[in-house]
Amino acid sequence: MKLKSLMLTTSAALLAVPALAQDMADEMTIVSWGGAYQNSQLKAYVEPYQEMHPEVQIIWDESSAEAVAGMRAQSEAGNITWDLVDVTAADSMRLCDEGLAMEIDPDEILAEAPDGTPASEDFGEEMLVSECFIPQIAYSYTFGYRTDVEEWEGRTPDEICDVFNLEEFPGQRSLEKRPHNNMEWALYCDGVAWEDVYDTLETEEGQDRALAKLDTIKDQTVWWTAGADTPQLLADGEVVLGSTYNGRLFSVIEEQDQPVAMLWDAQSYDLDGWVIPDGLDEPTLNRVKDFLYFATDTQRLADQAAWISYGPARKSSAPLVGQHAELGIDMAPHMPTNPDNASNAFVQNYEWWADYRDDLDSKFQAWLAQ
Amino acid sequence: MTDATHGPDAVTGVTPDTGLRIAEERHNGEMVAADGTPLKRSLNRALRREKLRALALIAPLFLFIVVTFIAPIADMLFRSVENQIVSETLPRSVIALEAWDGEDTPEEPVFAALAQDLAIAVELKNHTRLGSRLNYETTAASSLFRRTGRAADDIGEEAADQFVELDPAWEEPATWIGLMASEDWIADQAEWAAEAEAAGRDAPPEPRFALRDGVAEALPRTADMYGAFARVIRAEDADSPTEEDPWPIVYRALHDDLVANPDAAASFEGANAQLLGVAAGAVPSFEVTGFRDTFLDIDEDWADPTIWGTIKAFSSPYTAGYFLSAVDLQLTADGVAKQPEDRQIYGLLFGRTLFMSLTIMGCCVLLGYPVAFLLANLPMRSANVLMILVLLPFWTSLLVRTSAWKVLLQQQGVINDLLVWSGIVTNAGRLALINNQTGTIIAMTHILLPFMILPLYSVMKTIPPSYVRAAKSLGATNFTAFRRVYFPQSVPGIGAGCILVFILSIGYYITPELVGGTTGTFISNRIAYHISQSLNWGLAAALGSILLAVVLMLYWLYDRIVGIDNVSLG
Repeated sequence: MKLKSLMLTTSAALLAVPALAQDMADEMTIVSWGGAYQNSQLKAYVEPYQEMHPEVQIIWDESSAEAVAGMRAQSEAGNITWDLVDVTAADSMRLCDEGLAMEIDPDEILAEAPDGTPASEDFGEEMLVSECFIPQIAYSYTFGYRTDVEEWEGRTPDEICDVFNLEEFPGQRSLEKRPHNNMEWALYCDGVAWEDVYDTLETEEGQDRALAKLDTIKDQTVWWTAGADTPQLLADGEVVLGSTYNGRLFSVIEEQDQPVAMLWDAQSYDLDGWVIPDGLDEPTLNRVKDFLYFATDTQRLADQAAWISYGPARKSSAPLVGQHAELGIDMAPHMPTNPDNASNAFVQNYEWWADYRDDLDSKFQAWLAQ
Repeated sequence: MTDATHGPDAVTGVTPDTGLRIAEERHNGEMVAADGTPLKRSLNRALRREKLRALALIAPLFLFIVVTFIAPIADMLFRSVENQIVSETLPRSVIALEAWDGEDTPEEPVFAALAQDLAIAVELKNHTRLGSRLNYETTAASSLFRRTGRAADDIGEEAADQFVELDPAWEEPATWIGLMASEDWIADQAEWAAEAEAAGRDAPPEPRFALRDGVAEALPRTADMYGAFARVIRAEDADSPTEEDPWPIVYRALHDDLVANPDAAASFEGANAQLLGVAAGAVPSFEVTGFRDTFLDIDEDWADPTIWGTIKAFSSPYTAGYFLSAVDLQLTADGVAKQPEDRQIYGLLFGRTLFMSLTIMGCCVLLGYPVAFLLANLPMRSANVLMILVLLPFWTSLLVRTSAWKVLLQQQGVINDLLVWSGIVTNAGRLALINNQTGTIIAMTHILLPFMILPLYSVMKTIPPSYVRAAKSLGATNFTAFRRVYFPQSVPGIGAGCILVFILSIGYYITPELVGGTTGTFISNRIAYHISQSLNWGLAAALGSILLAVVLMLYWLYDRIVGIDNVSLG
């Protein structure tokens, strides 16, 4: 009997949907990164949104790492199953260039700041890196190190080039299995000034030079692909020094209380945000826009910072960033944008990477395999 | 007892022995069934019905497999030779390049064709994809196309400005419609516009643009580009040429047409003719930069014959390029050549995949044979307990098992800790057991071991113990009895286990990815990388095809040497 009544309600619900769906779909598939980051999105604006609209079902898909491949496959198959996709700035440029993501006008679909500043100004040009990108957060790639390494005899790494210094700081390192950032750090530590790094990387010699520098630590390096790898390796003592997203290190240090410290020097800024796949049907698109308007407003982005140590993309959100929602510690000193942390930071040149990633990727992967 | 013909042996009806003869006599040699139809036909019919019924029974499964398994794989593998993107994105340039000698920077007509192709490609957002495609073959192609794409909007801008300066009418979409569109289309479009107004959002799409008769002859380039313009904005943005003024490249095409054919106005009537006549008079004094200079100005890499050679070499719709890349070769304008040293990795990876798969298979035989022997020869009760121990890991998730190996094998892991504690290795000399080949071999041997033990066990179960006893009673030692009697009978099990383990391991992906580091990864990890990261699906398909071919070849070889009939799963 129970089953029967359940089936009756379900079919009644199914019948009722088309009537409602004329305006907005009730189901939305959001693609994100999983882990602590997805949790911050859930707490800061997905759950509040569902409270306001109890009829909305959210389906999570943790496929952001393969977002470009997935969206291209869906577009080729003519069957778009993702409705809103969380991607990095560089991926958003690629998706926009290939016409896989929808171009948007921030002032039209995003909320104004509380003081009436239009969205495009509130985010600012440096955040709106492509015509399809709706920024959420600024994060950084940075290093964490263990504070209890005996061989270091009390020394602590305080600058980026200590990563390449095996004499003073012996032990395994972990680096990302991609050329991004690694090449820049290698060249910088090989004596190239920040402003010349990308010009140097454009040349064959510059690329070889960066790889040669990485060669010096290649046999002491574990290569990571998931953001959770380095925190795990650091916590296990498997590596003594490793790069990852700053938010992951925050949770190792503050939430899990491991003997790990941040090396903010030469952190590399990157952005993360939403793109809307091109070719959504009208009701779904309406729902996505409705959600986005809410999820990227000033308060919601500030709320997100209470769950993870990433800087909100809106200028107007910064003063609203307060304390961690559970630990009750001040979040501001843990933000990558905090002046104390940002002294020698560099901003990844997304446009340059969009142009050269094919070249450098294949070269880097071949170098890794050899 | 004189009339023997009525005895029990007497033949009264048709018997199998006589039927043939009787049938031959009656029907000129044709056998017939009971109903009189020839036996052959009725038998065929019965058989055919049987076959159809059998086919109908397996049809759902067969169709399911074709649709969900074979077709997608075939489609994916087909990408390894597919290469329409170059000729579809740069159709004019490919034709113009046919006359190019391959030595120097091409001449003006090639650049003019490229400008037109790119103008369309940039609007359709195809140029970055083409750049990525060409980048697989020659470095810097991707960045070149991206940079050029950003500047491509401006090509022809100066011509457009000068036309508008000459007569502001050139800025009006209506002027162009009057000049280029066919009467029929204008009428259809007007009718559609009225309907669309009434229908609101659900309006049907605008009718397809049609060129006026004779325009293509009088102004060939302009007609070509304007047609493309109308087509693209209709498809991409659902815009109408009646409301948009053309791309700058259209103005430039008109300029070139009028320079080449100053009498083009003669093909038109009324206001159009006058407008064109004035323009034709003015264009010789227009200041426009050559296409070649424009492109070299945007990026001097366009002067490099390499990029042109690549476009030419890959202009055919099908290519062997991906397969060549998959074996560390490349297709250049001068034919097949070796990849540069720092890009040669596939030979290495295929070799490593084969070597590691064979090693894993060998380890599985060495470890699995004694276990299977024990299982087959122990009393039922204890054998069952052991069997559960074999199957338990088999039922555990692959990821869990692999992650468990991470905990065990890492330098601060359980095994190293034990070794240090027992004094076998020093703290500084902890063994590197993970993120290298050792890690992959250990973890995969463990994961694939049940696939070796199970077929071995089921074969050994069928070997009668009496054979070994008989051998011993005839004076064989334990070892001889095993070697000459037991082992040969268990070989089919080894064969089956080896095939299973080898074929499974050669395509393994997740375990090497997690514990293989950089030296313990397989070719399948590279395929996954090309599918999900670099998006070079053609190369991934070529690598996959080669892997499939290698497996089939090894299977064939195995069949020739061991014989597939000797393989037994029980």
